[in-house]
Parts: sequence; C-alpha cells; structure tokens
Amino acid sequence: MPFSAQLLQYVFTGATVGATYGLAGLGFTVIFNATEIINFAQGEFVMLGGMLAVFALRWGGIPLPVAVLGSVLLVAGIGVAMDRLTIRPLRGRSVIALIIVTIGVSILLRGGAMLVFGKDTFALPPFSAGGPITLGGATLLPQSLWVAGVTLLALVSMKLYFEHTLLGKAMRACACDRKAAALMGISVDAMVTLSFALSALVGALGGVILAPITLTSYDVGILLGLKGFAACALGGLGNPFGAVAGGVILGVLESLTAGLLSSGYKDAVAFVILLLLLFLRPAGLFGARRAERA
Amino acid sequence: MRGLRLRPALVVLSMLASTSLAAAAAEPIRIGAIFSVTGPAAFLGEPERNTAKMLEEDLNKAGGLLGRKVEIIVYDDESDTTKAVTAVDRLIKRDRVVAIVGPSTTGSTLAIIPKVEEARIPLVSCAAAKKIVDPVKKWVFKTPQSDDLAVKKIYTHAKNAGITKLAILTASDAFGAAGREELKAGAGSSGVTVVADEVFGPKDTDMTAQLTKIKGTDAQAIIVWGTNPGPAVIARNRTQLGIKIRLYMSHGVASPKFIELAGPDNAEGILLPAGRLIVEEQTPPGHPQKKILAEYVKEYQGRFKQPVSTFGGHAWDAVMEVAQAIKIANSAEPDAIRDALEKVKGFWGTAGEFNFSPEDHNGLTEEAFVMVRITKGNWEILR
Repeated sequence: MPFSAQLLQYVFTGATVGATYGLAGLGFTVIFNATEIINFAQGEFVMLGGMLAVFALRWGGIPLPVAVLGSVLLVAGIGVAMDRLTIRPLRGRSVIALIIVTIGVSILLRGGAMLVFGKDTFALPPFSAGGPITLGGATLLPQSLWVAGVTLLALVSMKLYFEHTLLGKAMRACACDRKAAALMGISVDAMVTLSFALSALVGALGGVILAPITLTSYDVGILLGLKGFAACALGGLGNPFGAVAGGVILGVLESLTAGLLSSGYKDAVAFVILLLLLFLRPAGLFGARRAERA
Repeated sequence: MRGLRLRPALVVLSMLASTSLAAAAAEPIRIGAIFSVTGPAAFLGEPERNTAKMLEEDLNKAGGLLGRKVEIIVYDDESDTTKAVTAVDRLIKRDRVVAIVGPSTTGSTLAIIPKVEEARIPLVSCAAAKKIVDPVKKWVFKTPQSDDLAVKKIYTHAKNAGITKLAILTASDAFGAAGREELKAGAGSSGVTVVADEVFGPKDTDMTAQLTKIKGTDAQAIIVWGTNPGPAVIARNRTQLGIKIRLYMSHGVASPKFIELAGPDNAEGILLPAGRLIVEEQTPPGHPQKKILAEYVKEYQGRFKQPVSTFGGHAWDAVMEVAQAIKIANSAEPDAIRDALEKVKGFWGTAGEFNFSPEDHNGLTEEAFVMVRITKGNWEILR
C-alpha cells in the first residue's frame, strides 16, 4: 500500500468517525441555542437511537427502514418527555442546576437501557448491500457514504432552520433573552420543548446510521457524548457548522495520530491539540460570534 | 454511662456465641463470592454469578458437603476495584466465609489479595492474568487459563505454518495490556518476531487506521488481543481493507457473541485458542472432559435460557475445586481447605485438567486450549 493511499485511508477513517462526533455535537448545539443548557443526556439519545432500532428488528420483525424511522421518532418523543418531566418543573433555576439535571437523566436512561436491553453489544445491518468501495487505493464502506450524506443533510437543514425560518429565529431569541422573547409573543416553553425534540431527533439519527459501522450497546452514550461535546467546544458552541467541522477535525486528528505516530497516544494527542486550540481561541474555531453575545 | 461500660462485655459475649454456633453441625458452610455482575465487566460476572447460584443448589440437592448445607454468598463489585475491597471485608468479618471465589477481573483480584492473606482465607480467582499466581502466593489460586498459555499456543501454530513475522494489535485495558506483555515476552523464545505493535481503546469504534499501518509492514499474520466489541470491529475493518493475511485472536472472544457482532462473513477464517467448553459438541465422547462439559452446558442453558460462556465456566471450576478441597480435607476450616487445594489433582473442570501443587496455583497446561477456526459462522477444532 503506497504512502499516499495510506494517508487517504486515515482521512476516510477519521472523517467517518468524526461525523459521529459531529452528529452528537449537533444535538448539543440545538438545545444550547434555545436554552443555554448543555444537555449531557445527548449521548444517551444517540445510544437510544441505535438500540431501539436494533430491538425493533429483533423483537418486532419490523423492516429496517421502518425500524430506523420509528426509533428516531420515538427518541424525539423521549426528548419531549425529558423536557416536560425534568426541565420544565425547574424553570427559573440557574443553568448549572439544569445541567446537573441532564446528567441525572443520562444516568437514568443508561440504567434503564441496561435493564431493558441487557449489557451486550449489538450490530444493525447496513442500510445498503455491497462490499467496500475502493477510491485512490483506500477503501470506504457504503455505510460511510450514508453517514456523510445524512450528516450533511442534517447540517444544512439545521443551518437553514436556525437562520432562515421564523421558528428557528424564535428559538435563538429565547436563548439570547427569555424575557424579551416572551414579550415579543414567543412561547418560550414551546420553544424549549421543540429544541429537546429536535436535538433528540438529531442524536437518534446519528445513533441509527452509525450502529451498522460502530456497533452499539447501552453504554456507548458516555463516550459519544464526551467526544460530541469536545467537537462542539472545538468548533464553537452554538454553531451547527462548527460542531460538525469540529467533529471531523477531531476524528481525522485521532486517526492520523494512530496511523503516523502511535495508536496508544491517539486520544491523548487529539485532546492536547483540542486544549491548545482552546487556549489560543477560547470561543472555538468558528465561534467568533459567541464572544460578542456574552 | 452504664450502657457504654457494658458494651465490650456484650461484644465478647456475642463473639463467643457465634464461634460456638459455627462449631455446630447444623451451621452451613459459607463460601464467599465476588463477581462483577454489573458495570463494564458484567459479561464476566453475570454468568459467573448464575453458575455459582446454580452450583449452590446442586450441591445442596446432593446432600451438601460433610453433611452440612452449603451457602454461597455473592457480592457484586460493580466492576469497581474499591467495591471489591469492601465486599471482601464484609465476607471475611461479617459473613465469616471459609473460602472465597472470584473476583471476575484481574484488577479486583490484585486489590483483595492483601486482605485474604491477612485473614488467611483461601481465594480462587476467576480472573485471567498470570501475575495473580506468579509468583505463587500461599492463599491465592485461579481457574482461567493464563495468557502465556494462549500466547504459546498461537505462536506454535503460526510457527508450524512457517510464519515468523507478526503484527500485534492489543486493547488498552487490563486484559489487552497483559496479553501485549506476554506476546512481546514470548516472541524471542518461540522464534517469531513482532514487526508491528499497535494498540486500540476498548471502546473504539474504528480500527482501520491501525490496520492500515500494519498493512504497510511485512507482517505475515496479525494477532489481536481484547474482549468484545473491539475485536469484532477489527474483523469488520479487516474485510473492508481487504487484508488477506491470517488473523489470530485471543481466547477473550471465544463466545458466539463475537461471531454475531463481527458477522459470519467477516469472522470467516479467524483462528483462536479456546477452552473446550465452546466446542463441547465437537469434543469426542470418550474425552475425559466431555461429561462435565455436556452436563454444565445442558443445565446452564436449560435454566438461564442463554448460551454458556467460558466465563461462567471459570466460576464452575472455582466453586467445584473448593468443594473438592473440602472433601479432601474432610474439614471446612480455611487453612485445611488451602492445604487441600494444593492436593487437587487430575480434576477435570470446564477449562481443562487441573493439577494444583505448592508450585503451581493455576494447575493448567497448554493442553487446556484447542486451536479453533471460525468456519461459516461456527467453531471448528483444528487438529
């Protein structure tokens, strides 16, 4: 395998894994934009997306597309329930208190998933058949194209939604100033609920398209949540484009480190670079707007 | 004040009462167990707990030991070393057990060794690493086949096929790290060289980077050391990259779950050393291990409606060896059990034939493993 092909393989690998982080990161962005809360149950939404689809297939014998769609919608419902049951009763408390609540919810969801689905790892069949695709000497799974496509689609719709629709603008207004938004006739409660539904939806979507490549189990949410948050921090919190770009950069860094330096230091090197970047640009790579808002 | 002064007297009194009770024949023989029933190592601890509880019932149905009932007290360490230490304290001080089986993991086992040595209670661990019994510790035994035996088995197999240059890819957890040490240590004497030494995180979801790097070397085979799901991901990545050289795995993936996760196509042709438990039905009827394997598989699967795993087998071996030692010693005192454990010989367990001695507290040889090949989603014993 020539060196250029190796390099290309590292980039492919990194970008696929990075898209995972990016999709988890997108969910953080949505809730943060509406509430300034960092939802630490985001990783659990990703886990639930994959797990529910796996079990719909196993227990229900439902065809794959229906299982995938159903699980994504169901998780969106869980997002709504989370807001109604745990966030809304604490309205008016500090953001920190609410963030701690989300940590509690994540532990609850993880424990519940463990009891219902068991502690094993599961795989979902790929969405389309066919062997790996060869490109410039490097190989790519068809499912990676699904990941890339869905990530791009999610990103573009997020961007359009937040910047060009009334609903999206209303959501952002709630984060800027709740009181002013309410005075302008925006139902803050409805916006917050919607943001939870959307972020759960995006998270579950990520979980479902990744499950065929990365496998899934009740505890995958911890790592995905952490890496997704890192992706957000790298790209700039609140910026959907930043979250995905941050994720891909993090993924490629990890894969290049594993390939060119040492696989043992892969996570360490990626996080050191993340720290350095944050020292130099505390608002993240694409987060310049955030500085003036604060 | 009166109450305070009375307290020491009460404590002495109750201690006297409990020792005299323990001497009574009606008192059950208490064996302690610490397993990781929940948490990341639950795949080890859950079948171990099930097996121990099943054996408790079986032993009592057969009349108990020395005419006394057997009670196995299981604590869950939640895959947490600190909780294992708390559990061992409770077993020794409150439950007054005569022997302890488990813990499930190497980390927990190493953490509780000082406690059992101090209390002089025999411990039969269900964890894999060789360093648990090397150097030999007076009170510590273990049932799983050690890593070095698996390494030796793989190296011999590779050498016989004319392979001398190997790439190793190990998980960065306790199991993988111990395997990596043994792989590097055993290479020289086995006449093979390690030309690539790569690592993956136990929760990593993609290992194509490591495999690509290995593809760029002149390795003739790859050895992967880890437990699910990492090795399953590697099996999938290998087909994606079109890697054709041999892939060896450790005994850590010897469960049907691995084939399910990797997919039969991706698992095809993978070679690994495994205990005979998973290839029970291919073990010839005359084999001395056949009977106990068949009985264990039938009873476990009938009762728990899930396939047996090697790990539950480790608990079977540990509990039955303690029972055997109690019979040999004709006593349920901790020091008598310990001495008798060293006299357990020719004992066929799920892992192989155990021959304990004062110099060997694992008691197994390379013969405990067979090389198996994954063929069309099934295990096939290689001659």
